[in-house]
Amino acid sequence: MAAKNKNASRYLIHLFPLPALAVYVLFMIIPVFTALGYSLFDWHGMVRGDFIGLKNFVTLFTDPQLSGLFKNAIGHNVIYFLVSLVVQNAAAFYLAYLIYRKYRGAEWFKVIFFVPRLLSLIVVGFLWNLILNPNFGAFNALLRTIGLEEWALPWLGQTSTALYAIILVNAWYMIGFGILIYLAGLQAIPQDILEAAELDGCIGFEQIRKIILPLLMPSITIMTILTFIYSFEAFDLIFAMEGSEGGPYYSTDTLATLFYRLSFAKDGASSAIGLGSALAVVMFVIIASVSAISLYLMTKRSNA
Amino acid sequence: MGYAFLALYPVYLMIVSSLKENAEIYTKPLTLPEKFSLESYKAILNDTPFMEYLFNSVYISLVSVFFVLVFSSLAAYYIARTRFKWNPFLYFFFLSGLMIPLKLGILPMFLIYKQLGVLDHHMSLILTYVSSGMPFSVFVLVGFFKTLPTELEEAARIDGCSDLQVLYRILVPLMRPALATVAIMNFISIWNDFFYPLIFIKTEELKTLPLAMMSLFGQYETDWSVLFSGLTLSTLPMLLLFLIASKQFLEGMTAGAVKG
Repeated sequence: MAAKNKNASRYLIHLFPLPALAVYVLFMIIPVFTALGYSLFDWHGMVRGDFIGLKNFVTLFTDPQLSGLFKNAIGHNVIYFLVSLVVQNAAAFYLAYLIYRKYRGAEWFKVIFFVPRLLSLIVVGFLWNLILNPNFGAFNALLRTIGLEEWALPWLGQTSTALYAIILVNAWYMIGFGILIYLAGLQAIPQDILEAAELDGCIGFEQIRKIILPLLMPSITIMTILTFIYSFEAFDLIFAMEGSEGGPYYSTDTLATLFYRLSFAKDGASSAIGLGSALAVVMFVIIASVSAISLYLMTKRSNA
Repeated sequence: MGYAFLALYPVYLMIVSSLKENAEIYTKPLTLPEKFSLESYKAILNDTPFMEYLFNSVYISLVSVFFVLVFSSLAAYYIARTRFKWNPFLYFFFLSGLMIPLKLGILPMFLIYKQLGVLDHHMSLILTYVSSGMPFSVFVLVGFFKTLPTELEEAARIDGCSDLQVLYRILVPLMRPALATVAIMNFISIWNDFFYPLIFIKTEELKTLPLAMMSLFGQYETDWSVLFSGLTLSTLPMLLLFLIASKQFLEGMTAGAVKG
């Protein structure tokens, strides 16, 4: 629709996208693709050595110690994703449905559930560390008060529960966002469909299963994709609650914490940049391919 | 709705505990404070460079958000309002940043900033935030431009306005809601970001609040009252903003995820 003036401003318009493009290319796109290149070289500290092809990847997948750490970490990412998916979707849908059905004060509930999302994840992590502290934490004190003494455990200090404790804290942080997504989905359902269903005696749980959930597929898909991306990038919360080692005994170690140690801490030693970049490439492939495939499927479905 | 209680209780606990004395936190963690004490707040303000942390966070967030708004509105105007053959490609190029985990470029970023001499300097964070904010912001603003009728702009052009005048005199006033969304979304993520400062910033006086929490927890390991106060202080600005503009926050959150 551009009405082009017949003077210099015709060329000036091309300067408009330049600042955005320049910073974006220089400080985001180039670094990401440079990292892919870094992974193919031998590194000695900050100095780039010879081209070694896929050797960094071979080390990552076969070195006895490193490959063990890698498998351990990626397994935790998968658990993080699956448990988050079930917990967050179920809770967010349930609460969104309640708010949707009893519309009184719905705005307020949206606001309240969203509050955790405003905190920095690092603050969330430290705060829950204090709450879940086995000696003086409020959580175990609460359990003792209501007579569940045997449940007062060091949740973050034992390998069997630490990862799940973190996943639940993360769910607490994310729930408000999930509710917003589902509420938007629910409010987009045409009322007459639900009214017709009620006339046919399709109400309550049956109505949810047969009519509401199928119509909410777009919301469920969005939540699934975002949870996946988020789970495979999980770092801040683990760092705050269990340190960069993903303690206790690597029971909460994920790809991102391993990447951090390989690249910026002791685990990578002098070949850190090569190995860290190789791990970054693996994460890049996992996340970008899943996002691209899901985006493709979504556009295909919406055009059908 | 007991669930609402569950969402707020930890935040309430944080604020209440910060007003207690340590002995009371350990013995009665769940009650209201017997006597309100601001000692731990005094300790933080006097014994740590807290005001500097706060200034760093405010300064970096505001400067970054300002440049995000200027750059992304210029780019979005170009993509949505001109008809050059590369526009769809340009749009897709910005959007691809929403799918690529940009944080994985951290090692090359680190080396680039090192060469530019801005490592351990606020500039490294501002450059990072402005560039990483582009995909989402361009996406939201282009979507918004497409909903605006073009007649006003055409009328302005007939009256002899240039592109820049059209954008800043006619469109910016109309774009307020979309600009607010972009500003808030970027502000939340920048204010709360921990990863980039962790990698780029080493000097204590240059740290932002989330990174400063680490120093605080190292320094006051057993002084819980101070720890809770620190967490409360670093969260308060965001909570106050949310109370003032909760509607924009909630709308902004779903702008990227739900087709409006």
